[in-house]
Formats: sequence, structure tokens, C-alpha cells
Amino acid sequence: MNSHRNWTRITPADNIPPREGRAVKIGDLEIAVFNINGRFLTIENACPHKGGPLCDGIVTGTAVVCPLHGRHFDLETGMPVRAAEPSCLAVFPTCVENGVVMVDLEAGHRTLESDAA
Amino acid sequence: MKRLVVVGNGMAGVACVEQILKRNPEFEITIFGDETHVNYNRIMLSLVLAGEKSADEIVLNDVDWYRSNNIRTRLGVKISGIDRHARTVVDEQGQTTPYDKLILATGSSAFIPPIPGVDKQNVHVFRTLDDTHALMAKARKGLSAVVIGGGLLGLEAARGLQVRGCDVTVIHLSPSLMERQLDATGGEYLKRRIEGLGIRVMLPRQTAAIMGNGHVDGLRFATGEELEAELVVIAAGIRPNADLGRKAGIEVNRGIVVNDFMETSDPHIFAVGECTEHRGQTFGLVAPLFDQARVLAATITDNRGPVFAAGAPAAKLKIMGVDIFSAGSIDDKEPGVEVVRYEDPALGAYKKLLIRDNRLVGMILVGDVEDEHTYLDWMRNGTDLAPLRRQLLFPPQALDMGLEVADMPDSETICGCNGVRKGDIIQAIHTHGIATMGQLRERTKASTSCGTCAGLCQKLLRAVVPDFQEETKTTLCACVPYSYERLREIVRGQKLKSVEEVLAIYGNRKGCEVCKPALSYMLDMLWCGDHEEDRSARYINDRVHANIQKDGTFSVVPRMRGGVTSPDELRRIADVADKYAIPMVKVTGSQRIDLLGVKKADLPAVWRDLGMPSGQAYAKGVRMVKTCVGSEFCRFGVQDSTNTGIELEARLENLFTPHKFKMAVVGCPRNCAEATVKDLGLIGQDGSWQVVVGGAAGKSVRKADLLVTVDTREEALEAGELFFQYYRENGNYLERSYDFVERLGIEKIRKETVYASEEEKQKLLDRLRRSKALSHDAWTEGDRPVNPTQFVQIQAMETAREGLLV
Ligand code: SRM
Ligand SMILES: Cc1cc2nc3c(=O)[nH]c(=O)nc-3n(C[C@H](O)[C@H](O)[C@H](O)COP(=O)(O)OP(=O)(O)OC[C@H]3O[C@@H](n4cnc5c(N)ncnc54)[C@H](O)[C@@H]3O)c2cc1C
Ligand code: SF4
Ligand code: FES
Repeated sequence: MNSHRNWTRITPADNIPPREGRAVKIGDLEIAVFNINGRFLTIENACPHKGGPLCDGIVTGTAVVCPLHGRHFDLETGMPVRAAEPSCLAVFPTCVENGVVMVDLEAGHRTLESDAA
Repeated sequence: MKRLVVVGNGMAGVACVEQILKRNPEFEITIFGDETHVNYNRIMLSLVLAGEKSADEIVLNDVDWYRSNNIRTRLGVKISGIDRHARTVVDEQGQTTPYDKLILATGSSAFIPPIPGVDKQNVHVFRTLDDTHALMAKARKGLSAVVIGGGLLGLEAARGLQVRGCDVTVIHLSPSLMERQLDATGGEYLKRRIEGLGIRVMLPRQTAAIMGNGHVDGLRFATGEELEAELVVIAAGIRPNADLGRKAGIEVNRGIVVNDFMETSDPHIFAVGECTEHRGQTFGLVAPLFDQARVLAATITDNRGPVFAAGAPAAKLKIMGVDIFSAGSIDDKEPGVEVVRYEDPALGAYKKLLIRDNRLVGMILVGDVEDEHTYLDWMRNGTDLAPLRRQLLFPPQALDMGLEVADMPDSETICGCNGVRKGDIIQAIHTHGIATMGQLRERTKASTSCGTCAGLCQKLLRAVVPDFQEETKTTLCACVPYSYERLREIVRGQKLKSVEEVLAIYGNRKGCEVCKPALSYMLDMLWCGDHEEDRSARYINDRVHANIQKDGTFSVVPRMRGGVTSPDELRRIADVADKYAIPMVKVTGSQRIDLLGVKKADLPAVWRDLGMPSGQAYAKGVRMVKTCVGSEFCRFGVQDSTNTGIELEARLENLFTPHKFKMAVVGCPRNCAEATVKDLGLIGQDGSWQVVVGGAAGKSVRKADLLVTVDTREEALEAGELFFQYYRENGNYLERSYDFVERLGIEKIRKETVYASEEEKQKLLDRLRRSKALSHDAWTEGDRPVNPTQFVQIQAMETAREGLLV
């Protein structure tokens, strides 16, 4: 399944401190890349609530808390953590090669909407 | 008066004396104890070792108790012999003390297996407070510690050492942990949990020798295998201290033999506690010993009648996050025993109930002990389980908890450790007007030992006391389920220096947006910079020292002490606003200027160009001091409020507080800068200053309380500093001063700040000064970022291909 990835080189892994996220803008797309203690995960940056920058949120396990009004999103699936929060976000396959974070920007998918569509 | 001598100042002996005193005896009582401490709760030594309690907190009977009950107390004195004919005991110094009645309550000692090398240095046992202190003194980060024995005591010792940073391995003779309380499956679940905490478990291992030259440096097992060890704790069981009885020639087997009335074979000698043997059984847990104490108190005060019968044992492991409960018989091979079991490996939960003739006779609960009380009630009452068969593993929760306790008979035991029955509690409530758990503990001792009955006591109080007051002990959050007070002690006592460390040892390892900033604050307050600052645990405002706006940009509020600025500053502000196209420049409600809508990447340059320090308008910290023009200009001004305010701000700026901290200084009671609704206000009066605290005019409006009135400006500043530091140390995170003052009460705050002893005051001020000396203007990070991308917008190394998901 993972054999045909279109990896885009994003940034040296050292640029993202442990348990923090950083925003990266590529064309129209803004992603937030997180370093979960050495494991890198990527999610769309804009919170579906009111566009809060998720890259600036506090990390709890593999979830992030939006810095504006506190919605929680799971970084592995893009799913909201609490049932009452309806929207989800796209997540992107991410890996580190030779110290560089690589993201497959084309394989980004939203669990809820794209699966339902 | 008859002379009663008690040998052993431990849990059972003193409990017995307490029961004797209740019967108003005609005794002159002397207690000998070879430990140098007053009677303390031995059970809690595990929590002392783990840093969850201090030695002071486990005292059961303080010096005043002995004194006010006229008990002659001889501590640090070991009794070495009994002369039954002369009726005297003799201590190691050769002093004799006569008795009419003698109670032996000598407890037991750690059993030390006959392994070569047990006498080496750094080989310890874990029985007394002194043992505990010795372990605490030796334990340190990275020390390799081995605990021999995987029973209750061994595991608790292991956890305590591990919490103190040691690399701990538990060695156990049997193939399974706690085999006396658990079956093999339960032991396996327990092992996984213990390993999950980061403690190594090696099973089965027989230690053949303890090696080392003077100091221990390792263990050798019977198989020849070796293991490094710089510290060894032997927790391989206990042996009753029965030697005194043996030498005196009274009947002794493993323990001092007692009958159902707690009498020994000598009519003047009695025994109680772990030193006894009753119907062939010896003891290792307190609950039956307190029953013994009650029976002996009756016997010895000429009320012989009550008899002792050892009930089914019940044991609980006291390790946070490792819930183990076992009670009754766990032998499922016994004829007629049926077993009902449930397990969920993912949850780490295992339950096993042993049933005979539709009655519960034993249980093992691992990972899910929520129903322990229900089960214990079933077992102790011999409840007929036939109608409950479909709900055995998940017993129905009584809908109204009050009713469940209301239904209990008065004779039902609520606190097993201290033998407090429901009837005792009801009686205490009525005669002493008890309304809180604290009062209940004090009066009845219920829930003061292992604490597992606290929930039940609470329910009972709630059901019986009309004006029951719930104790407000707020825990930080589900990730680290301790109260703020406890956590402060843990962090201080264990010298924990990073949020990750606290979460790993005392929490769920994850943390969340509630506890991470709170712990960050706590570490900063306690260690004032001598700790590992973890930006990932901070809210974004504190990572970039600016306030995040609705569109993800930031606002910049430079410090403008006392609300006083200068033409030069104003010019720079204007230039910055132009240069960075700042969308809004606004005078704030706090007498300073806000530049709103600054991009994160521009922050360092904006700060540099402003050339002003951070006003901390984003932080849970010192915000500002508002001032009025005061005696310098105002015709009513009687004090120099402007300069006093500037001085106050300079003394406290850059420090963090539990919640934001705003101040004001005014030159007369007209109060133009609203000092009476600030966290701290100084109000100038003719010839004096009023210092007021806990005011508010935000979400709530509260007039500040008067802390003190003083003569000079310096005294006023110092009073303000005292309150400020006191709030920093005792406020819960996100507790604004107006809630803090209400929670503690101004009287208490006065007593502990402005009216405290000079020494205490100096200590508060010293700690404040130390923090202040280590603090710095956060905006200097603009030039020296803590990581390369703190403010920088990351640019992708490669641009993407076409056709992306948008
Ligand atoms: C900028 C300012 C309004 C203004 O334009 O004047 C302001 C703006 C905000 N206030 Fe305020 N407060 C401002 C003065 C006040 C005052 C007046 C004062 O300080 O004398 C009060 C009442 C006094 C008080 O603090 O209680 C005030 C009571 C609050 C409260 C309610 C606090 C409470 O416990 O009652 C909040 C919410 C909170 O802190 O939980 C709040 C929260 C906020 C936040 C930080 C909301 C947020 O979390 O983003 C606003 C930030 C706006 C932004 O985007 O930067 N602000 N706020 C003032 C900045 C003062 C400064 O220079 O530092
Ligand atoms: C770390 C630890 C954790 C425990 N946890 C639990 C638990 O969770 N639940 C539970 O039920 N039980 C627990 N126990 C067991 C419980 O503490 C004992 O059952 C209880 O303390 C026994 O009381 P005692 O009075 O018989 O003996 P002790 O409390 O040991 O008191 C005996 C006293 O007599 C003194 N003494 C002995 N000989 C002499 C002499 N010749 N002259 C003068 N003084 C003498 C001893 O120094 C000692 O102070 C734990 C024990 C330890 C060590
Ligand atoms: S009152 Fe304060 S928190 Fe509310 S909108 Fe105005 S600035 Fe924001
Ligand atoms: S914008 Fe994310 S929670 Fe409101």
C-alpha cells in the first residue's frame, strides 16, 4: 500500500521540537507537522471551528488542543476526540528520512468526509 | 492504682491502650517502645517512601496524647527480659519496672533469609520509620536497587525506590507475584502492571549470595546468574517478635500463644498484635489486630467476655495506578468451590470470585477494584448470591448511595482497619455534631489507616448529616489525580524538575492542556529557574510571549511601569506601528498601549525596535501597576503613588503567578486608579498606607480585603511582596487572588504573611528575591530563541507537485 508515496521534503526534523507543532505553507495548503517524541504526524493546520492555528496547540498524547477554543483532534486520524465536536481534519502520511521530515501531500485524507463520499 | 506495662509502642499496643482508656480504668500505664518515635501509622511508610506523605503526617498519637492521658512513655528503650515471679520487666540498661499486668505488643521483624552476605552495607529491611529514612537517604537517580520479595511489602518498597529515581528490580522466589493473595493469572496481570511502571521483575529467582566487598555490589542466584545491585531491600516476610515470651517461659510457638480472650499462659501477661499466635494463626495485617486490641481491653479491665475470632483476610496494594485487592480464601481447589471469572487483557482487568453454596468466600480483583466494598459486604455478611448470579461480575450500583449505607445494620464494620462500625459513626455524629470527613477522622479514626473506606464514610455522612460539608480538595486533573497541595509536596520532596518527569511518575504520561501549564507553573515557582523548562507544556502565549488573537496573529503590550510613558517611547511605538503595518494601536484598560495584529514571525523585530520590556499581558503573571498622579501633581494627593507604583512594578515584574496579577497604587482614598478592585492595591492616606488584597472588577466584582495598615511606603511595599509570594506558593493554578483570599480567609492570610514571625516573613521574602533574581524579560528571547523555529515560519524545502487536496 505504501509503496507509491509521493514524498515532499518539508524541513529538517530538528526544526520541530518534541511535543510541539509547526505550520508549513505549501501553495494553498497549510499543514501542521508535529513531533510526538520522535514520531512525526501531519494534519491540516486550520481548526474547522474558527480557523485556529493547530500548530500552536498543546499536545496531549497523540492529540492536539486548538489554542483558540480548545477543541481536541487526534493527529493520527484527524478525528475530533470528543463526540460533541463534529468536524474532522485531513491527515497526511509522514516519515523522516536522513533527518528530513517528508510528507505525502497527495495522500491526505479526511476520515469522515472522504470515506463517506 | 494497678500498674499496667505495655512493651511495644506500635499500632496494636497503642490501639489497645486507647481502648483501655475508653473504659476508664484504674491503671497507671507505662509504655516502652524501642523505636524513638511516637505511635505512627506503619502502613503509611510505603507512602512516605514514595513521597506521597511526610513523616509528620503519619503520626497517630502525638506527644500531647501520651501526656494528657498520663501515660509514662519510654521511647528508645528496649525491654530485654521479664521476671514473672517478681513481676518486673528489665530494659537493656538493666533498669527494672514492676507491673501488675503486662501487655506484650512487640509486633514482628523482617525475616532475613540465611543468605551469605546479608550483613553487607546497603542491605536494608523495610519495617520502621528509621528504615524508611535510611532508604530515602540512599535512594538517588540511577542507583541500581534490588528488592528481594514480590509480596505486598516488596512491591511497595520497589515503587517507592523507583519514584525516587532508582533502577529497580524485584526478585521473587515463586513463579508469580503476591502468590499469597493472587492466583497465577492475577499475578501475571500484576506483573505486567508493575513492569508498565518501569520496574523490572525477575521470577522465579532464588538468591544464593549477596556479593560485594563491604558494600553490596550484586546478587548471585542459585542458577549462577548474577545481577548488579548497589542497594538491596529484603522483603521476604516477617517473624513475630516472641523472644521475650519465649525466654520468660510462657507458651510460644511461632508467636506468643493467646486464647480467645488474648490471655497468655501467664495470668498476668497478655499479648496483642503481630507478636501473637491465635489458634495456630499469626498475623501480618492490622484489621484483625485492632479486633484483638478491643478484646484485650475488655479482658484486662475486668470486662472479660468478648472473644477474638480472626476473620477472612483482605489485602490491598497501595501503589497508585496498580489496583489490587484480594480477600478471603483464594484456593479454588477446595471442594465445593465454584469460580466466576472475567478478564480483559487490553484493560489489564482481571476479576475472580470464589463461591461456595452461593456465598462469596474469596475474591481477586486486579485493575478494577471499584466493587471491592460490595464484594466485601457480600462476603462478610454471607449474602445469598442466588438472586444475583447474573450480576456477579458487575454488581448493580445502588441507585441512591445514601440508601445503600442507610440499609446497613449498625453493627456493620465501615472501617476495617480501625474497627469502626456504622453505629459508632452515627453515635459520634449525634454526640459531637460532626459535619466533615476531617472531624469524623479525628473523632472515630475511621478511614485514618489504609483509607479505602473513605468513600463509604463520605456516603454515610452525606446520608446522615443534614448540613454535610463536602471537603473541597480539588485534584489537578484526571492526568495527575492529586490535589495541588499534594503535588507541590511531591514535586518539592521528590525534586522533580520537569513536566515530563511528573507525568511519567505520577500521571498518565500524556498530560493535557490543563495540567501541563499548571505543572509548568509549579516547577517554575518551586525551582525558580533551576529546572527543565519545557515549552511544549506551555500555552502558545507563553511560548512566544504574546497574546494569540482570533486570526492567529498576536498582540504586543510593552511594559509601561505605573502607566507612565515618555515622548521618546511614544515615538518608537508610532514608528513600529508604521514599519510593521500594525492594524490597531490601542490604549488598554490597564494604562498602557497595545499593538494588535502582529505576525508571529515579526515579533522579535517588533520587540527589538520598541526597545521596551515585555508587559506580560499574555501571561499568568505580573501584569501591571496602575497608578494615579498622586502627591506629585494632584491637589488631594497625600502619598507619592506614581513612584511607589513604579517601584512596586519593578520589584515584581517578570514573575509568574497562579493567575494573572494586577495591581494599583493610589495617592488618596479617592482611589482614581481603582486599587480596591485589584489583586493587590496600595492606598495612600495621610501618614499611612492601606494594603488591600483580593479585589476584582472583571468576571466578578469584589472589594479587596484590608491586609494591613502601615506607616511607611517601604512597609507597604513589603506587605505587598509578602502577600504576592504567599499567593504564588499557595494559590492553585488559575485561581485568581479574589478566589484565593475567599478560600483561605483573610485572617489566615494575615497570620501567615504580615503577622507571621520575622523569621517566616524573611523566608517568604528570600524566596521571592531568589525567584526575582532568576527571572528575566521574556522578550530577550527575540534575539536568543529557545529553539531555531520559535518565531520563524518554516518554509518547505521542496514545493509540492500539482493536484493536491485542498
Ligand atoms: C487588551 C485589554 C482590553 C483593552 O483593550 O483594554 C484586554 C484584553 C483581553 N482580556 Fe482583559 N484586557 C484588558 C484589561 C482588562 C481589565 C482592566 C484592568 O486590567 O484594569 C480587566 C478587569 C480586571 C481583571 O483583570 O479582573 C480584564 C478582565 C479580563 C478577564 C476577566 C478576569 C476575571 O477573572 O475576572 C479575562 C478572562 C480571563 O482572564 O480569564 C480577560 C481576558 C482578556 C484577553 C486576554 C482574552 C484572551 O484570553 O485572549 C483579551 C486579550 C485581547 C487580545 O487579543 O490581546 N480580561 N481585562 C486590556 C489589556 C490590559 C493590559 O494592558 O494588560
Ligand atoms: C511498609 C509497611 C506497609 C504495610 N502496609 C500494610 C497495609 O497496607 N495494610 C495492613 O493491614 N498492614 C500493613 N502493614 C502491616 C502493619 O503495619 C502491621 O500489621 C502493624 O503495624 C502491626 O502492629 P503491631 O503493634 O503488632 O506491631 P508494630 O506496629 O510493629 O509495633 C511493635 C512495636 O514494638 C516495638 N518493640 C518490639 N520489641 C520491643 C521490645 N523488646 N522493647 C520495646 N519495644 C519493642 C517495635 O519496635 C515496634 O515499634 C504494613 C507494614 C509495613 C512495614
Ligand atoms: S472584554 Fe476582554 S475578553 Fe471580552 S472581547 Fe473585550 S477584550 Fe476580549
Ligand atoms: S478555532 Fe479551534 S476551537 Fe475554535
